Amino acid sequence: MKRIFIKLLAAGAILVMLFNAQPIGANSTPKKGGTLPAIKLEVPEDPAQRSYLGLSGEGLFDIPQIKAESVIIQIFSMYCPLCQREAFRVNELYENIEKDPNTRGKLKLIGIGAGNSRFEVEIFLKTYEVPFPLFPDGDFSIHKSLGEVRTPYFIGVKINDDGSHEIYYSRVGGFEKAEEFLQLMLELSGLE
Amino acid sequence: MRSEKTIYFILIGLAVFLLLNLGVYARSYGRSDVFKEDIYEPGTLKPRDSVLKVKVGDRAPDFSLPAVSGGKVSLSQYLNKMNVVLSFVPAAWTPVCSDQWPGYNIVKYIFDQHDAVLLGITVDNIPSLFAWTHRMIPEGDNLWFPVLSDFWPHGVVADKYGVLRFDGMSERATFVIDKKGVIQYIAVHDINKRPPLEEMVRELGKLQN
Repeated sequence: MKRIFIKLLAAGAILVMLFNAQPIGANSTPKKGGTLPAIKLEVPEDPAQRSYLGLSGEGLFDIPQIKAESVIIQIFSMYCPLCQREAFRVNELYENIEKDPNTRGKLKLIGIGAGNSRFEVEIFLKTYEVPFPLFPDGDFSIHKSLGEVRTPYFIGVKINDDGSHEIYYSRVGGFEKAEEFLQLMLELSGLE
Repeated sequence: MRSEKTIYFILIGLAVFLLLNLGVYARSYGRSDVFKEDIYEPGTLKPRDSVLKVKVGDRAPDFSLPAVSGGKVSLSQYLNKMNVVLSFVPAAWTPVCSDQWPGYNIVKYIFDQHDAVLLGITVDNIPSLFAWTHRMIPEGDNLWFPVLSDFWPHGVVADKYGVLRFDGMSERATFVIDKKGVIQYIAVHDINKRPPLEEMVRELGKLQN
C-alpha cells in the first residue's frame, strides 16, 4: 500500500515538473529578431484609446492585434525615477509620431507599468499627462515574462500583414532626443 | 528497493524545485535603470520577523530622529497640526525599497489633500541614506518628505513600534497617525513586496482633516 502511494506521489511529481518546466530565471529579455512572449492586455475602456489601437469589444488582446505596422512598447513604472524624469520625452515621441502623416496610424506607442496596479498607472498617466495607452501589470507577470528588465525599457515590434511579428529593438534606458529615437525606430522597423 | 530510492530522489527534487519557485514568486519588484548595478540583492527574506508593540487606537510613541536634509524631526512636532504617515523600509540600496519611495515622491498632492505628511524611516546611517536618496530623485529635485535615520541607537524607533526585525533591519511597515497622535492604521507588509499605493491612499481617505 505504502509503495503504491509513493509511486502515485512520484508520478504526480513528474507531471507537475513537466507542466511547470519553466526553469527559474529562464525568462530572457526580448531579443532582436525574436518574438514577444505571450502578453495579454485588457482592451481599454476609453473609446479614444480603443480607436487609437484599432481594437473593438472587450476582453484581452495580444500586442500584434494592434492596428499598426509597428508598435513601440515602453516598460515603465510609476516608482521608477528615470521613467518619471523622461516621461515628457516619451510624450514628445508620441506627438512626433502623430503629427507626421507618414508615421501616424502606422507606428503606435503603448506603456506597460511593471508591478503597477491600475491605480498606480493612472497616477503616472495623470501626473505626466501621458497621451498614449498605459496598461497595468500589477503582479509583475508581464515583467517576469520579459526577463525582469530594468525600467525604462523599450521594445520595438514590427507587425506583419499575416499577423506575425518580429522584435527589431530591445534595450534598457531612455533616450535623449525624441526626434532621433523616432528616426532610429523608423529605420530599424523598415517604415522608412 | 532500488526503484523506491529513485522515487524518493524524484520527490526530493520536486520539493527543491517548488521551494526555489516559491522564492521567485515571493519576491516581486521592478528596478529602475537609475540604480544601474548598485542594488544589493538580498534574496527572498522571511516575510515578517518581528512582533508589533503598538495597536490601532494607541497613542503613537514619540521620537526624534536625524533627517538626511539636516536637523532632527520629531513626531510630536506634527501634533494637532498634521496627520502623519510613517513609512518604514528595511534598507537602502535594496531592490524593493528602491522601488517604493520614488513613487511616493510624485504623490505629494494626495498627502496634501489629506493634511498629511510622510516620514520615511530606515535603520541606515545618514551617509548611506544621503547617497541612496540622491540617486533616486531626478537631478536638481528633492524628495518632498523627510527621510529619517533610525541608525543609532540602532533601530530604537522601529523597536518602539515593534517593527525591528531580528536581523536588525526594520520591517516594511506603514503607520497612519492622526492629528491627535493616535494610530489609525498599521500594516506590516511582506518585506519582499512593495505595498500597493491604493492601500495607503484609502487609509488617508478615512482620516478627518
